[in-house]
Amino acid sequence: MGSLSFAFPFAELEVGQHLYWEFGNFRLHGQVFMTSWIVIGALLALVVVGTRKMERDPRGVQNLLEFLWDYIRDLARTQIGEKAYRDWMPFIGTLFLFIFVSNWGGALVPWKLIHLPSGELGAPTADINTTVALALLVSLSYFYAGLSRKGLRYFEYYVHPTPIMLPFKIVEDFTKPLSLSFRLFGNILADELVVAVLVFLVPLVLPIPVMFLGLFTSAIQALIFATLAAYYIGEAVEEHH
Amino acid sequence: MDSITTAASVVAAGLAVGLGAIGPGIGQGSAAQGAVEGIARQPEAEGKIRGTLLLSFAFMESLTIYGLVVALVLLFANPFAG
Repeated sequence: MGSLSFAFPFAELEVGQHLYWEFGNFRLHGQVFMTSWIVIGALLALVVVGTRKMERDPRGVQNLLEFLWDYIRDLARTQIGEKAYRDWMPFIGTLFLFIFVSNWGGALVPWKLIHLPSGELGAPTADINTTVALALLVSLSYFYAGLSRKGLRYFEYYVHPTPIMLPFKIVEDFTKPLSLSFRLFGNILADELVVAVLVFLVPLVLPIPVMFLGLFTSAIQALIFATLAAYYIGEAVEEHH
Repeated sequence: MDSITTAASVVAAGLAVGLGAIGPGIGQGSAAQGAVEGIARQPEAEGKIRGTLLLSFAFMESLTIYGLVVALVLLFANPFAG
Protein backbone atom coordinates (compact mmCIF):
# COMPACT_ATOMS: atom_id res chain seq x y z
CA MET A 1 0.00 0.00 0.00
CA GLY A 2 1.75 3.14 1.10
CA SER A 3 -0.32 5.63 -0.80
CA LEU A 4 -3.82 6.28 -1.90
CA SER A 5 -5.09 8.40 -4.69
CA PHE A 6 -8.61 8.93 -5.88
CA ALA A 7 -8.56 9.28 -9.63
CA PHE A 8 -11.16 11.95 -10.14
CA PRO A 9 -10.70 15.31 -11.81
CA PHE A 10 -11.80 17.44 -8.83
CA ALA A 11 -10.91 15.17 -5.97
CA GLU A 12 -7.40 13.99 -6.21
CA LEU A 13 -6.02 13.25 -2.81
CA GLU A 14 -2.67 11.73 -2.17
CA VAL A 15 -1.81 10.48 1.28
CA GLY A 16 1.75 9.43 1.85
CA GLN A 17 3.13 10.88 -1.38
CA HIS A 18 5.57 13.73 -1.12
CA LEU A 19 7.78 15.89 -3.26
CA TYR A 20 11.15 14.95 -1.83
CA TRP A 21 14.04 17.37 -1.66
CA GLU A 22 17.36 15.75 -0.86
CA PHE A 23 19.85 17.58 1.32
CA GLY A 24 22.77 15.30 2.12
CA ASN A 25 21.26 12.47 4.12
CA PHE A 26 17.99 14.27 4.74
CA ARG A 27 14.83 13.91 2.72
CA LEU A 28 12.55 16.88 3.08
CA HIS A 29 8.90 17.13 2.14
CA GLY A 30 9.19 19.94 -0.39
CA GLN A 31 5.49 20.70 -0.73
CA VAL A 32 5.23 21.42 3.00
CA PHE A 33 8.12 23.87 2.80
CA MET A 34 6.62 25.67 -0.16
CA THR A 35 3.23 26.17 1.45
CA SER A 36 4.82 27.12 4.78
CA TRP A 37 6.88 29.81 3.08
CA ILE A 38 3.79 31.11 1.31
CA VAL A 39 1.94 31.26 4.63
CA ILE A 40 4.85 32.98 6.37
CA GLY A 41 5.18 35.42 3.46
CA ALA A 42 1.47 36.23 3.54
CA LEU A 43 1.56 36.85 7.29
CA LEU A 44 4.66 39.03 7.02
CA ALA A 45 3.13 41.03 4.19
CA LEU A 46 -0.06 41.53 6.19
CA VAL A 47 1.82 42.76 9.25
CA VAL A 48 4.14 45.03 7.25
CA VAL A 49 1.24 46.59 5.35
CA GLY A 50 -0.81 46.97 8.52
CA THR A 51 1.91 48.70 10.54
CA ARG A 52 3.38 51.00 7.90
CA LYS A 53 1.20 54.07 8.24
CA MET A 54 -0.28 53.77 11.69
CA GLU A 55 -3.03 56.15 12.72
CA ARG A 56 -4.73 56.98 15.96
CA ASP A 57 -8.04 55.79 14.58
CA PRO A 58 -7.20 52.40 13.11
CA ARG A 59 -8.67 51.61 9.74
CA GLY A 60 -8.48 48.66 7.40
CA VAL A 61 -5.58 46.29 7.97
CA GLN A 62 -4.37 48.13 11.06
CA ASN A 63 -7.81 47.66 12.59
CA LEU A 64 -7.68 43.94 11.87
CA LEU A 65 -4.20 43.66 13.40
CA GLU A 66 -5.26 45.52 16.53
CA PHE A 67 -8.25 43.22 16.86
CA LEU A 68 -5.96 40.20 16.54
CA TRP A 69 -3.55 41.68 19.07
CA ASP A 70 -6.37 42.18 21.57
CA TYR A 71 -7.61 38.66 20.98
CA ILE A 72 -4.20 37.07 21.48
CA ARG A 73 -3.49 39.20 24.53
CA ASP A 74 -6.73 38.11 26.17
CA LEU A 75 -5.95 34.50 25.36
CA ALA A 76 -2.43 34.72 26.78
CA ARG A 77 -3.50 36.70 29.85
CA THR A 78 -6.26 34.31 30.88
CA GLN A 79 -4.02 31.24 30.53
CA ILE A 80 -0.58 32.47 31.62
CA GLY A 81 -1.56 35.06 34.18
CA GLU A 82 -0.97 38.76 34.65
CA LYS A 83 2.71 38.54 35.55
CA ALA A 84 4.28 36.50 32.80
CA TYR A 85 1.97 36.82 29.82
CA ARG A 86 3.86 39.68 28.17
CA ASP A 87 6.96 37.52 27.57
CA TRP A 88 4.97 34.78 25.92
CA MET A 89 2.39 36.71 23.94
CA PRO A 90 4.53 36.88 20.74
CA PHE A 91 5.08 33.12 20.84
CA ILE A 92 1.42 32.30 21.41
CA GLY A 93 0.37 34.80 18.75
CA THR A 94 2.81 33.40 16.21
CA LEU A 95 1.61 29.87 16.85
CA PHE A 96 -2.02 30.88 16.55
CA LEU A 97 -1.61 32.93 13.39
CA PHE A 98 0.66 30.43 11.65
CA ILE A 99 -1.64 27.49 12.35
CA PHE A 100 -4.78 29.44 11.55
CA VAL A 101 -3.50 30.78 8.24
CA SER A 102 -2.03 27.37 7.35
CA ASN A 103 -5.31 25.59 8.01
CA TRP A 104 -7.44 28.08 6.16
CA GLY A 105 -4.91 28.47 3.38
CA GLY A 106 -4.93 24.72 2.88
CA ALA A 107 -8.71 24.74 2.60
CA LEU A 108 -9.38 27.99 0.73
CA VAL A 109 -6.53 28.38 -1.76
CA PRO A 110 -7.04 26.26 -4.91
CA TRP A 111 -3.67 24.52 -4.70
CA LYS A 112 -4.82 21.85 -7.15
CA LEU A 113 -4.17 24.29 -10.01
CA ILE A 114 -0.43 23.97 -9.36
CA HIS A 115 0.83 20.59 -10.41
CA LEU A 116 3.82 19.05 -8.70
CA PRO A 117 5.80 16.10 -10.02
CA SER A 118 4.84 14.15 -6.91
CA GLY A 119 2.62 14.84 -3.93
CA GLU A 120 0.40 17.89 -3.76
CA LEU A 121 0.33 21.29 -2.12
CA GLY A 122 -1.94 21.70 0.88
CA ALA A 123 -2.06 22.85 4.47
CA PRO A 124 1.41 22.53 6.04
CA THR A 125 -0.32 21.39 9.23
CA ALA A 126 -1.66 18.30 7.45
CA ASP A 127 1.90 16.91 7.60
CA ILE A 128 2.87 15.25 10.86
CA ASN A 129 6.39 16.74 10.76
CA THR A 130 5.08 20.31 10.96
CA THR A 131 2.81 19.61 13.90
CA VAL A 132 5.45 17.63 15.78
CA ALA A 133 7.90 20.48 15.30
CA LEU A 134 5.37 22.98 16.64
CA ALA A 135 4.50 20.73 19.59
CA LEU A 136 8.18 20.21 20.50
CA LEU A 137 8.67 23.99 20.35
CA VAL A 138 5.86 24.29 22.88
CA SER A 139 7.53 21.67 25.11
CA LEU A 140 10.88 23.46 24.96
CA SER A 141 9.29 26.80 25.69
CA TYR A 142 7.36 25.70 28.75
CA PHE A 143 10.50 24.14 30.19
CA TYR A 144 12.38 27.35 29.41
CA ALA A 145 9.57 29.45 30.87
CA GLY A 146 9.56 27.48 34.11
CA LEU A 147 13.33 27.26 34.49
CA SER A 148 14.00 30.90 33.65
CA ARG A 149 11.31 32.23 35.95
CA LYS A 150 11.72 29.92 38.95
CA GLY A 151 15.12 28.31 38.45
CA LEU A 152 15.43 24.83 39.93
CA ARG A 153 12.32 25.48 41.99
CA TYR A 154 10.50 24.67 38.74
CA PHE A 155 10.88 21.00 39.59
CA GLU A 156 8.71 21.47 42.67
CA TYR A 157 5.89 21.37 40.18
CA TYR A 158 6.55 17.66 39.67
CA VAL A 159 5.96 16.81 43.34
CA HIS A 160 3.52 19.59 43.95
CA PRO A 161 0.50 18.20 45.75
CA THR A 162 2.27 14.93 46.72
CA PRO A 163 5.37 13.07 45.47
CA ILE A 164 3.01 10.32 44.31
CA MET A 165 2.29 12.54 41.31
CA LEU A 166 5.91 12.38 40.12
CA PRO A 167 5.60 9.55 37.57
CA PHE A 168 2.38 10.97 36.17
CA LYS A 169 3.89 14.39 35.72
CA ILE A 170 6.92 12.92 33.98
CA VAL A 171 4.70 10.91 31.64
CA GLU A 172 2.71 14.08 31.04
CA ASP A 173 5.80 15.78 29.63
CA PHE A 174 5.80 13.18 26.86
CA THR A 175 2.07 13.00 26.28
CA LYS A 176 1.68 16.76 25.99
CA PRO A 177 3.60 17.12 22.70
CA LEU A 178 2.17 13.82 21.47
CA SER A 179 -1.43 14.84 21.95
CA LEU A 180 -0.82 18.41 20.72
CA SER A 181 0.72 17.23 17.46
CA PHE A 182 -1.69 14.36 16.81
CA ARG A 183 -4.73 16.48 17.52
CA LEU A 184 -3.78 19.15 15.01
CA PHE A 185 -2.47 16.74 12.38
CA GLY A 186 -5.44 14.39 12.66
CA ASN A 187 -8.04 17.11 12.52
CA ILE A 188 -6.61 18.84 9.47
CA LEU A 189 -5.95 15.61 7.61
CA ALA A 190 -9.42 14.34 8.53
CA ASP A 191 -11.00 17.49 7.12
CA GLU A 192 -9.16 17.08 3.84
CA LEU A 193 -9.98 13.36 3.67
CA VAL A 194 -13.68 13.86 4.39
CA VAL A 195 -14.01 16.56 1.74
CA ALA A 196 -12.08 14.49 -0.79
CA VAL A 197 -14.12 11.34 -0.15
CA LEU A 198 -17.40 13.28 -0.37
CA VAL A 199 -16.37 14.99 -3.60
CA PHE A 200 -15.42 11.55 -4.90
CA LEU A 201 -18.86 10.15 -4.05
CA VAL A 202 -21.13 13.17 -4.74
CA PRO A 203 -19.30 15.86 -6.70
CA LEU A 204 -22.14 18.43 -6.43
CA VAL A 205 -23.38 20.72 -3.61
CA LEU A 206 -23.12 18.13 -0.82
CA PRO A 207 -19.44 18.74 0.01
CA ILE A 208 -20.00 22.48 0.55
CA PRO A 209 -21.46 22.31 4.09
CA VAL A 210 -18.74 19.84 5.01
CA MET A 211 -16.16 22.32 3.70
CA PHE A 212 -17.64 25.00 5.95
CA LEU A 213 -17.52 22.57 8.87
CA GLY A 214 -13.87 21.97 7.97
CA LEU A 215 -13.13 25.70 8.04
CA PHE A 216 -14.80 25.93 11.41
CA THR A 217 -12.87 23.03 12.96
CA SER A 218 -9.63 24.35 11.45
CA ALA A 219 -10.14 27.67 13.20
CA ILE A 220 -11.04 25.94 16.47
CA GLN A 221 -7.95 23.73 16.24
CA ALA A 222 -5.71 26.77 15.84
CA LEU A 223 -7.37 28.30 18.90
CA ILE A 224 -6.99 25.06 20.86
CA PHE A 225 -3.32 24.70 20.01
CA ALA A 226 -2.60 28.26 21.09
CA THR A 227 -4.74 27.94 24.23
CA LEU A 228 -3.05 24.71 25.29
CA ALA A 229 0.42 26.08 24.59
CA ALA A 230 -0.42 29.08 26.76
CA TYR A 231 -1.90 26.83 29.44
CA TYR A 232 1.23 24.67 29.60
CA ILE A 233 3.42 27.75 29.87
CA GLY A 234 1.11 29.16 32.51
CA GLU A 235 1.31 25.90 34.45
CA ALA A 236 5.11 26.09 34.36
CA VAL A 237 5.41 29.69 35.55
CA GLU A 238 2.67 29.47 38.17
CA GLU A 239 3.83 30.01 41.76
CA HIS A 240 2.83 27.39 44.32
CA HIS A 241 2.42 28.49 47.87
CA MET B 1 2.21 -7.27 2.51
CA ASP B 2 0.57 -10.69 2.82
CA SER B 3 -3.20 -10.94 2.74
CA ILE B 4 -3.63 -11.78 6.42
CA THR B 5 -1.79 -8.61 7.47
CA THR B 6 -3.88 -6.60 5.02
CA ALA B 7 -7.11 -8.06 6.35
CA ALA B 8 -6.10 -7.53 9.97
CA SER B 9 -5.03 -3.94 9.26
CA VAL B 10 -8.28 -3.04 7.53
CA VAL B 11 -10.39 -4.57 10.31
CA ALA B 12 -8.26 -2.87 12.96
CA ALA B 13 -8.53 0.48 11.17
CA GLY B 14 -12.30 0.20 11.16
CA LEU B 15 -12.38 -0.79 14.82
CA ALA B 16 -10.00 2.01 15.81
CA VAL B 17 -12.35 4.71 14.56
CA GLY B 18 -15.55 2.89 15.43
CA LEU B 19 -14.66 2.10 19.03
CA GLY B 20 -12.90 5.43 19.42
CA ALA B 21 -16.12 7.23 18.53
CA ILE B 22 -18.16 5.69 21.35
CA GLY B 23 -16.63 7.51 24.29
CA PRO B 24 -16.48 10.99 22.75
CA GLY B 25 -20.04 10.48 21.48
CA ILE B 26 -21.31 9.90 25.00
CA GLY B 27 -19.17 12.75 26.30
CA GLN B 28 -20.39 15.21 23.69
CA GLY B 29 -23.94 14.20 24.42
CA SER B 30 -23.67 14.93 28.10
CA ALA B 31 -21.75 18.16 27.43
CA ALA B 32 -24.50 19.33 25.07
CA GLN B 33 -27.09 18.39 27.67
CA GLY B 34 -25.31 20.50 30.24
CA ALA B 35 -25.05 23.41 27.84
CA VAL B 36 -28.73 23.28 26.92
CA GLU B 37 -29.70 23.19 30.59
CA GLY B 38 -27.39 26.11 31.25
CA ILE B 39 -28.89 28.15 28.42
CA ALA B 40 -32.44 27.31 29.51
CA ARG B 41 -31.64 28.44 33.04
CA GLN B 42 -29.72 31.52 32.02
CA PRO B 43 -30.39 32.56 28.41
CA GLU B 44 -28.19 35.67 28.68
CA ALA B 45 -25.09 33.50 29.15
CA GLU B 46 -25.62 31.79 25.79
CA GLY B 47 -22.57 33.27 24.08
CA LYS B 48 -20.16 32.23 26.80
CA ILE B 49 -21.67 28.77 27.11
CA ARG B 50 -21.48 28.24 23.38
CA GLY B 51 -17.82 29.18 23.27
CA THR B 52 -16.90 26.84 26.11
CA LEU B 53 -19.03 24.09 24.63
CA LEU B 54 -17.34 24.29 21.24
CA LEU B 55 -13.90 24.28 22.79
CA SER B 56 -14.70 21.22 24.89
CA PHE B 57 -16.29 19.53 21.87
CA ALA B 58 -13.03 19.95 20.00
CA PHE B 59 -11.14 18.32 22.87
CA MET B 60 -13.50 15.35 22.89
CA GLU B 61 -13.41 15.09 19.14
CA SER B 62 -9.66 14.84 19.16
CA LEU B 63 -9.98 11.51 21.00
CA THR B 64 -11.72 10.05 17.98
CA ILE B 65 -9.12 11.74 15.82
CA TYR B 66 -6.43 9.78 17.66
CA GLY B 67 -8.26 6.65 16.58
CA LEU B 68 -8.36 8.03 13.07
CA VAL B 69 -4.61 8.67 13.13
CA VAL B 70 -4.04 5.05 14.18
CA ALA B 71 -6.35 3.91 11.38
CA LEU B 72 -4.50 6.05 8.85
CA VAL B 73 -1.16 4.70 10.01
CA LEU B 74 -2.48 1.15 9.62
CA LEU B 75 -3.76 1.86 6.13
CA PHE B 76 -1.05 4.05 4.64
CA ALA B 77 2.10 3.63 6.69
CA ASN B 78 1.75 0.16 8.09
CA PRO B 79 4.89 -0.77 10.03
CA PHE B 80 4.16 -4.49 9.54
CA ALA B 81 3.81 -4.25 5.79
CA GLY B 82 7.23 -5.85 5.45
